[in-house]
Amino acid sequence: MNNLLDSFSNFSYRNKNFIFLSFLIVPLLWLGIVYLGSLLIFLGHSFFHLDGFTGQIVYEFSFKTLIELFSSPANIDILIRTVALAACVTIGSAIIGFPIAYYMAKFTSPKVKIFLFIAIMLPLWSSYLVRVYSWKLILAKEGIINWFFEKLNLEWLLDTILSTPVIGGPSLSISYIGMFLVFTYIWLPFMILPIQASLERVPNSLINASHDLGANKRQTFYKIILPLALPGIIAGSIFTFSLTLGDYIIPYIIGTSKFFIGQAVYTHQGTAGNIPLAAAFSLVPIVVMVVYIYIAKRMGAFNAL
Amino acid sequence: MLKALNLKNINKSYGLIKALDNINLTASDGEFFSLLGPSGSGKTTCLKVIAGFEAPDSGIVSIFEEDVTNIPPFKRHVNTVFQDYALFPHMNVRQNVGYSLKVQKIKGSSMDRKIDEILEIVNLTGYDLRKPSELSGGQRQRVALARSLINKPKILLLDEPLGALDLKLREKMQVELKNIQRQFKITFIYVTHDQQEALSMSDRIAVFNNGKIEQIDTPANIYSKPINSFVADFIGTTSIFDKDSAMKLFDLDKAFSVRPENVVILETKEDLATINKQQYYITNGTVTDCQFQGSHLKVTYLIDDKCKLRVFKSLEGNINQKYDINTKHTIAWRKSDITTLNE
Repeated sequence: MNNLLDSFSNFSYRNKNFIFLSFLIVPLLWLGIVYLGSLLIFLGHSFFHLDGFTGQIVYEFSFKTLIELFSSPANIDILIRTVALAACVTIGSAIIGFPIAYYMAKFTSPKVKIFLFIAIMLPLWSSYLVRVYSWKLILAKEGIINWFFEKLNLEWLLDTILSTPVIGGPSLSISYIGMFLVFTYIWLPFMILPIQASLERVPNSLINASHDLGANKRQTFYKIILPLALPGIIAGSIFTFSLTLGDYIIPYIIGTSKFFIGQAVYTHQGTAGNIPLAAAFSLVPIVVMVVYIYIAKRMGAFNAL
Repeated sequence: MLKALNLKNINKSYGLIKALDNINLTASDGEFFSLLGPSGSGKTTCLKVIAGFEAPDSGIVSIFEEDVTNIPPFKRHVNTVFQDYALFPHMNVRQNVGYSLKVQKIKGSSMDRKIDEILEIVNLTGYDLRKPSELSGGQRQRVALARSLINKPKILLLDEPLGALDLKLREKMQVELKNIQRQFKITFIYVTHDQQEALSMSDRIAVFNNGKIEQIDTPANIYSKPINSFVADFIGTTSIFDKDSAMKLFDLDKAFSVRPENVVILETKEDLATINKQQYYITNGTVTDCQFQGSHLKVTYLIDDKCKLRVFKSLEGNINQKYDINTKHTIAWRKSDITTLNE
């Protein structure tokens, strides 16, 4: 028995792949079958279609559902609305997140850094729904933001902002501005942390070297710091962009009555029972992300990796 | 002589640690000036103050008689070769070398010509499109050098530039650096902890210890006339006799040091007879260690049970010669060869 164990241990030491494989087999099966498999099956449904009379799914390969998705102006509106908001949220998060990440990576003492890490992570430990509902109250007509504008006698300013076509609405809590604020708040940690990590890897001597070679602070930022932080910004934007594309709770709680992709998926596969169209809708964020990452790569965003 | 660099009463503290303690030094135009000292002695901080990365707490930094104390690094006509080279990882060799031209908005053929010229000087022609990660340590070092030389700075600051290279490459680069300095006729401020490097390359050396400058002088004077026991000990190999031993053994009222190559070993009575006893200090020692060093033996003696004396014994004629441990010898050195030290 001992001999058998012994030769087994010798065998596994000499054949490293065997050990790797025996450890990896469970995660690989999980990723391959449960995760990717079910995703592919679901997305595959976008090539089936719903029979108009019976309401049954017709399991035949066709582009009918995809054509339906892209031929209906209402659906196109949903897609454009969602992608535009996701882009705004991503840009907003990057603009707010970068200075925080830069401060954390380059100017803080280790103690302050840990404090900031906790401060950034802390909201993630509480319920997502609770945070969104809190924002509903903050943004409501009776909420603190309105109160603040009232006290400063700046109600006219808020009203002007809210009366802006498209992004405005009856109150902040029922407008695209409100959605933008809440999305930016919710996803900000996912933008800060990758940027912080990428800036942490930029040695200070590079910044010194840039100044030494005659570049002022602005030139150093655009030529050295930003390109080297770009992989972090792209990583963060992949989070904020894709998370916004797929979310349906914030549009449901904060938004107007106009649909976003997440809500469309939710409605079509739930009440309407139109799984093919829901699958077709879910295909869009994936395609958008693939295109986005491809463009980022072509533009050299990952050259500094 | 034109003053290229002048530091006047420079002080710099980090919290309670005094990194620079009243530093005064002047380097002339075209001089190879080394800042030498052990790690943590303040030499790199001093370089950062000259480059402008660190502001001194007090004191004045002047470059060619112009006060630059409050001028940011990107407006100073000095360039730095960093210890870790600090090459921009997202740029190729050509972009790295041309960086300072690009930020000055120098473009087109004049930029290309300058880059080609400098790459040829540092022997990197043909490496234009490589990324720093695709270069060897020595090649990165050359890129860093080319990048900081392309603007023909008035002063070039070098922060232990050869520290990461192996011995052979380091010796080769020492010669090349010296040639480049002659060719460009610019002032080099060279930080190193390697006393051999400082002695062989510099016109003058400032020896740093605990944030202070102990001595500024030519390599020959630093070596032969160290001002105190720290300098004597730090530069080259030396043996130091403290005040008590000097008094007891040689009737001298001051500590002194003696270089190993100046000591003679008198193995026989005939040897002893050949020296003039008026001109030599003579004493007895016990061999505690004997190392073969190629051209000579490095012999360590114990004298009077407490003083260590190192001797270089030339191996001319008899390469196989060696001494057994615990052998007793009479040893001597010329009275004129000692350096008296202020403690």
